[in-house]
Amino acid sequence: MLGLVVRRVLAAVPVLVLVGLIIFSILYVAPGDPAVVIAGDRASAEEIAQVREALGLNKPFLLRFVEWFWRVMQGDLGLSVFHGTPVSELILDRVGPTVSVMLMTMLFSVVIAVPMGVLAAWRAGGLTDKLVVGLAVIGFSVPVFVFGYILAFIFARELQWLPVQGYKPLSEGLWPWLRSLILPSVTLSTLYVALIARITRATLLDVLEQDYIRTARAKGAGQFTILFVHALKNAGVPIITVIGLGVALLIGGAVVTESVFAIPGLGRLTLDAIAMRDYPIIQGVVLVFSFSYVIVNLIVDLLYILIDPRIRY
Amino acid sequence: MAFDLDTGQPLLSVRDLSTSFKSLTGWTEVIRDISFDLHAGETLALVGESGSGKSVTSLSIMRLNPAGRTRTSGQVLFEGQDLLHLSEEQMLRVRGNDIAMIFQEPMTSLNPVLSIGFQLGEALRLHRGITQAEAMKEAERLLERVRIPAARARLSDFPHNFSGGMRQRVMIAMALACGPRVLVADEPTTALDVTVQAQIIDLLKELQREEGMGILFITHDMGVVAEVADRTLVMYKGNMVECAPTREIFANPRQNYTRALISSVPRLGSMAESPAPRPFDVTDRETAVQSTPDFTVAPVRPDEAPVLEVEGLRTRFPIRRGLFGRLVGNVHAVENVSFDIRPGETLSLVGESGCGKSTTGRSVMRLVTPQAGSVRLGGQEMVGLGRSALRRIRQDIQMVFQDPFASLDPRSRVGSSIAEPMIVAGLDRELIRQRVGDLLEEVGLSRDMARRFPHEFSGGQRQRICIARALAVRPKVIVADEAVSALDVTIKVQIVNLLMELQARHRLSMLFISHDMAVVERVSHRVAVMYLGEIVEIGSRAAIFSSPQHAYTRQLLAAVPVADPGVARDRAPAAFGDLRNPVKPPGYEPPRRSYRKAGPDHLVRIDEF
Repeated sequence: MLGLVVRRVLAAVPVLVLVGLIIFSILYVAPGDPAVVIAGDRASAEEIAQVREALGLNKPFLLRFVEWFWRVMQGDLGLSVFHGTPVSELILDRVGPTVSVMLMTMLFSVVIAVPMGVLAAWRAGGLTDKLVVGLAVIGFSVPVFVFGYILAFIFARELQWLPVQGYKPLSEGLWPWLRSLILPSVTLSTLYVALIARITRATLLDVLEQDYIRTARAKGAGQFTILFVHALKNAGVPIITVIGLGVALLIGGAVVTESVFAIPGLGRLTLDAIAMRDYPIIQGVVLVFSFSYVIVNLIVDLLYILIDPRIRY
Repeated sequence: MAFDLDTGQPLLSVRDLSTSFKSLTGWTEVIRDISFDLHAGETLALVGESGSGKSVTSLSIMRLNPAGRTRTSGQVLFEGQDLLHLSEEQMLRVRGNDIAMIFQEPMTSLNPVLSIGFQLGEALRLHRGITQAEAMKEAERLLERVRIPAARARLSDFPHNFSGGMRQRVMIAMALACGPRVLVADEPTTALDVTVQAQIIDLLKELQREEGMGILFITHDMGVVAEVADRTLVMYKGNMVECAPTREIFANPRQNYTRALISSVPRLGSMAESPAPRPFDVTDRETAVQSTPDFTVAPVRPDEAPVLEVEGLRTRFPIRRGLFGRLVGNVHAVENVSFDIRPGETLSLVGESGCGKSTTGRSVMRLVTPQAGSVRLGGQEMVGLGRSALRRIRQDIQMVFQDPFASLDPRSRVGSSIAEPMIVAGLDRELIRQRVGDLLEEVGLSRDMARRFPHEFSGGQRQRICIARALAVRPKVIVADEAVSALDVTIKVQIVNLLMELQARHRLSMLFISHDMAVVERVSHRVAVMYLGEIVEIGSRAAIFSSPQHAYTRQLLAAVPVADPGVARDRAPAAFGDLRNPVKPPGYEPPRRSYRKAGPDHLVRIDEF
């Protein structure tokens, strides 16, 4: 078991290197010469060359990549051109809100969607099932911004229970933090609730037809045990897959989400950096996003092993 | 066998049990007025063909039919209370506690993601309210009772770590957990090999003696019925045909259907005097009138050159693990297998699941690529042929598979399925259409069925279609891989007869792969017995069945249930269990084997023990 986990973790290393190489290459060929930008508008060709020399921009590609990757591995993502502070610090400052929204959204989605899907599968064809499937269709089809505005209108503007936008860090207290997360998380989770509920329902319907469910019933297991112990674990792999996908989508979607809800997270950092052509920040954020994809995938794979003893890598 | 029948109050008393299923068109009654008693220490067999309603009967007793789509009436009296009138909560306390159940498919009846220990302990936790630790201790004891070695270590294993026979033992242990009064066994041995079946039956009998349970034993196999049942209830199309002591059922069946059922059971040893394969007598199910098919299969001319010669065939499958696919072992599926088949001859390959008989058939067809050896068809070497040459030569060798439901494309009309090999062979379209009709008639169907889809046919009819497809390109050799194993007795008899008739008419050669010894005895000219990828004994049918020489052949024959309750069973302990496995470390070379001649056409592997 441990060997299995170690092997799977090691398998992620070459992927990380490859991801690094791709990101590095994209910025390498990207338009705009950083040396020109750094040297300033009125710099002479000589000054630009000096800057290039000083930054090591004239070394061979592969050598630059190895040096860069080595620094990245040590947590050194370079200095922000605009702020002049280390990119890693900037990212660390902004990671909190992004992760908070993501985790809250996923937590909310799973807690709502999985029981919904189970309930629908149990009552397949019945009224509950139709209701769940109907809600899922609505969740899929109503655009997030429409739903977001409706919620904001009701809970923030009319009832004034929640802030319209903005983010309070955990250091300001649990309740303010939670309050600031509810609107964005609930809004974002509609799509994932729909997705996870449907996949749970479909997989569970399949599992409930299996012989071993009949065996469990013949043993005298009650409905709850059948659904949540015998069936749900068997349906786990597809459900975990979708949750993993959801997390990945949320990471990528942070750029949009955070500007809509005015959350000062990584997405906002990226947007600001793009506006100012602050390449080290962009590179750093993209790198962090990509690495977290790889990590999420790794976690999903490890959960597979945990859920289904037949899965071996 | 000694048993004391409790003649007093029955444990379970079923009266006028009827069940209907909801379908698109309304309610359809699937079982009608079933009544029987089951006493402590007694085994009652529920026997019938597929669709006779025997499983529905057992599920109705347990109230396990899908709720909302089922309607059940009548009475199921257990200890004075009618189970049909209990609330669902009360019923939960009966299931797995008072009445336990074992199912047919040990491969699918255990939950693949829960440990054996958890599943064994579950019934105890549910009904006895004991702690997890106590349940584990009890689970270990249960595994020991069903004779699973290293019980404690195996508790944390998952079902996929167990063989089929072992899983069925786990199922039995699970059913016995709470010491039920009644055990409902729904085809518990059908999916198992004969030797494993024999072990499981012995185990059930022993446990019954210890516990005094009443067993409701559901099966379609009259041989098993004769072996296990004190009384037998015969079902046909949802109706009770008759219910009587087993000896009486066999000695003196009162109903025509029972008579037909018993007489259509292939019996081992019925062919001792026959020089060539002989078709089965066909018994009409309604009238029990027997008729003998009007064709005969000719003996093979020994002077004729073989049409298929297989020599030194070896197929291994590598097992790779880890990141870089390191070779950790090989499955030695087929090792040094040699045989030949003459025109018009049937050679049967027999052995238990995993012995390599199917892989041998597939290697001969080149569906898998053998690593070594030669396969000559009509004198031409097939191993190493290129794609197009292989396609040409495959016209001479065709295959019929086990599962007639899975081996026809459900979205393709049967006519197109039959036509496909001819299209591949590049025949003229009009000719193909003509021939599809001819083929359908030849296998006992009608021409106009070509336009139908597979789901419109029964299992037996589908197997006829598969046979027609195999015959389409006029092959010289048919490889029949368990072609009749999935069929009911009466259908099985018909399909075997059809194969023999086609053989007689076209002088077909057949490689008949089967684990069913009684059928093999009927169809074969010659028989090869396989164990762990190797042939241990090969010879004429008479030689193998009348004077088996190899210990494994004897064990295999001894394990076949005899459809006669009067025959006392005397089974030697199995020397070749289901625990041996064909996986060997890389670089392993099997020992060089030599064979001794035990008769004019009879070779036996020499084993050093």
